[in-house]
Amino acid sequence: MMTQATEAKETGLYLEAYEQLRQRTASEVPSWLDRLRAEALEKFSELGFPAPTLEEWRYTNVAPIAKARFVPSWTVDGAEEAGRRWADRVYEEARSSVLVFVNGRFRSDLSSLAALPREAVVLGLADALRSEHQKMIGERLARGAAFDRQHFAALNTAFIADGAFVYLPRGVRVEAPIQLLFISDSGPVMSFPRVLVVAERESEATLIERYVGAADQPYFTDAVVEIYIDENAHLEHYKVQEEGVQGFHVATTWVELKRAARYHSTTVTLGAQLARHNIAAILTEEGGECRVDGLYMVDTGQHADTHSLIEHRAPRCTSFQLYKGILDGRSRGVFNGRIYVHREAQQTDAYQTNRNLMLSNEARVDTKPQLEIFADDVKCSHGATVGQLEEEELFYLRTRGLSFEKARNLLTYGFAEEVVEKIAVDSIREQLNEVILNRLHATALDVR
Amino acid sequence: MLEIRNLHATIDDQEILRGIDLKVSAGEVHAIMGPNGSGKSTLAKVLAGHPAYEVTEGEIIYEGKNLLEMDPDERAREGVFMAFQYPVEVPGVSNAQLLRLAYNEKRKHQGLEELDPLEFKELLAERAKLVDMDLSFMSRSVNEGFSGGEKKRNEILQMAVLEPKLAILDETDSGLDIDALRIVADGVNKLRRPDNAIILVTHYQRILNYIIPDYVHVLYRGRIVRSGGKELALELEEKGYDWIKSEAGVTASA
Ligand SMILES: Nc1ncnc2c1ncn2[C@@H]1O[C@H](COP(=O)(O)OP(=O)(O)OP(=O)(O)O)[C@@H](O)[C@H]1O
Ligand SMILES: [Mg+2]
Repeated sequence: MMTQATEAKETGLYLEAYEQLRQRTASEVPSWLDRLRAEALEKFSELGFPAPTLEEWRYTNVAPIAKARFVPSWTVDGAEEAGRRWADRVYEEARSSVLVFVNGRFRSDLSSLAALPREAVVLGLADALRSEHQKMIGERLARGAAFDRQHFAALNTAFIADGAFVYLPRGVRVEAPIQLLFISDSGPVMSFPRVLVVAERESEATLIERYVGAADQPYFTDAVVEIYIDENAHLEHYKVQEEGVQGFHVATTWVELKRAARYHSTTVTLGAQLARHNIAAILTEEGGECRVDGLYMVDTGQHADTHSLIEHRAPRCTSFQLYKGILDGRSRGVFNGRIYVHREAQQTDAYQTNRNLMLSNEARVDTKPQLEIFADDVKCSHGATVGQLEEEELFYLRTRGLSFEKARNLLTYGFAEEVVEKIAVDSIREQLNEVILNRLHATALDVR
Repeated sequence: MLEIRNLHATIDDQEILRGIDLKVSAGEVHAIMGPNGSGKSTLAKVLAGHPAYEVTEGEIIYEGKNLLEMDPDERAREGVFMAFQYPVEVPGVSNAQLLRLAYNEKRKHQGLEELDPLEFKELLAERAKLVDMDLSFMSRSVNEGFSGGEKKRNEILQMAVLEPKLAILDETDSGLDIDALRIVADGVNKLRRPDNAIILVTHYQRILNYIIPDYVHVLYRGRIVRSGGKELALELEEKGYDWIKSEAGVTASA
């Protein structure tokens, strides 16, 4: 009884906000979306926030999110100043191919799409829902990121109002990386970014999601990104999560790959006090290839959890996964990586590695790679390690004149390099190198 | 330049160095020989400041300063360099990056301007010639996947870049092929100056034909049991260590 009452109170805030959202937008959104949101809300009120007794949430307690009193974006002002304050978080390469969002709402005044070819469709989701693409969105939205079992995907779906829509028609290749910059600022705000990417046959693009936010108070981002990659299309995807240190970040990434499609992603987790990322890549037709990499770097007061699923449903697909964690201070990391190979998925190549570097005795990581294989002709491997810096390596660098701190930072840099070097956007790579090398408060190391 | 007095050192409570005295002046080359396990690498690592060894007695004066009070990196910046018997692999850090960082740390210490990547590249290309090392090694991770001989050569490249005052070369000749040995020895000779000194740990007379020592010492069970000129190395090559061991045994029991 008691728990039910608390739960009701926790979800009550969201029910109220949902009613407000409906009143504000009911006339603007298509009726299918109104129904979708209602259905998702119902699901969320039924599911509530995930309890730590659930296997999927064993190591990550979201009670602090449930208990907090976040406010909807429409109750806070100052979006314009916020947008300007964070304008330098647009990567150099994406200066003219960026969509900026403040507290979940698209800001066309802060965005620029000049570098994109006319054939590529890159829109704020609210605008896209009013455009000729509404039908396509209706057919795809919430098909992948199932909200029937996933608490936070359900919550996000109930609040779909804005986000990004990226549509690459057949054969369209976009050179400039498309950046989505999500800014949370000006209050204990909750935002629900929704991103839909449809890459048709033979199209190619790079997508960057970057999340930033104020450090002075808690706020909540619940994002869902759904990506459809058709035959022979290729998407490079980067996610850089640098939420403010008190922020909460929960995100769901769902990717579907068709025949010979390619998907390469690198997820970088630097911010938030609590971060949870569910990422799923589903290889549905022959010859698909995905690389799903990640780097999480956390310090005292931070908790970063990655749950990934790579699902091989068709023959002759390849998946590589390398996740590296750097844990300092009193921090906590969780990696749960599942590879599921269906019986039909013969000649699958699947590799998964999770390595963790513990820079402190007080840090903790729980890592669980899981292989479930139902095909007989496959090459699969997985492994996880948890280790510290090697004393002999430290000593070696120090005998070359590097102070203890610099030697430590350089070795940490070396550890991360395997993930970082694959990043094809220079600014992201440079940013990461700088973050890693300055981490331990040594004077900056310049490793150019 | 360097004076070691009655040096005793232990690792895991095991005494390895048991009273070493050695004096090295600028311009000199000292060869240290001795059977396996006698403490040569231990001495080299104690000089470089390895934290696993504890000095229980004695002192080391380097350029008038107490070396034992200095951190390994401080020693390095002051001009002490050890070429490792087993060079360490550093994944993810390129040779060029480490070399430039190390070089610039030293420059800063000397109050000089740091070199940017382009300037350093020139310097590196020039120093790499000294040990005949292909520039393709510069973008590879430090020692990772290098052959045994390549690792040794890489150590001397680091020496060539850092130009130490006191270089301790721990079995740099082991694992080098005949041509590489000559190249590396030539490189070391080119780095010799009246104001620097070399301690050369080796098992083989051969390298001493190229890098001619002023003194040869025999280390046995943690002590220098015999010192002489370069002819001592020839004598050892011919006779082995047995006569020294038995002599040392005699003195020890006497
Ligand atoms: N952690 C340790 N605990 C105990 N003994 C150790 C430890 N490390 C090294 N030793 C011993 O110290 C002794 C000296 O080793 P050292 O490496 O200095 O010998 P060395 O003269 O360089 O030999 P080599 O010619 O084979 O290179 C050896 O007997 C070795 O086993
Ligand atoms: Mg040795």
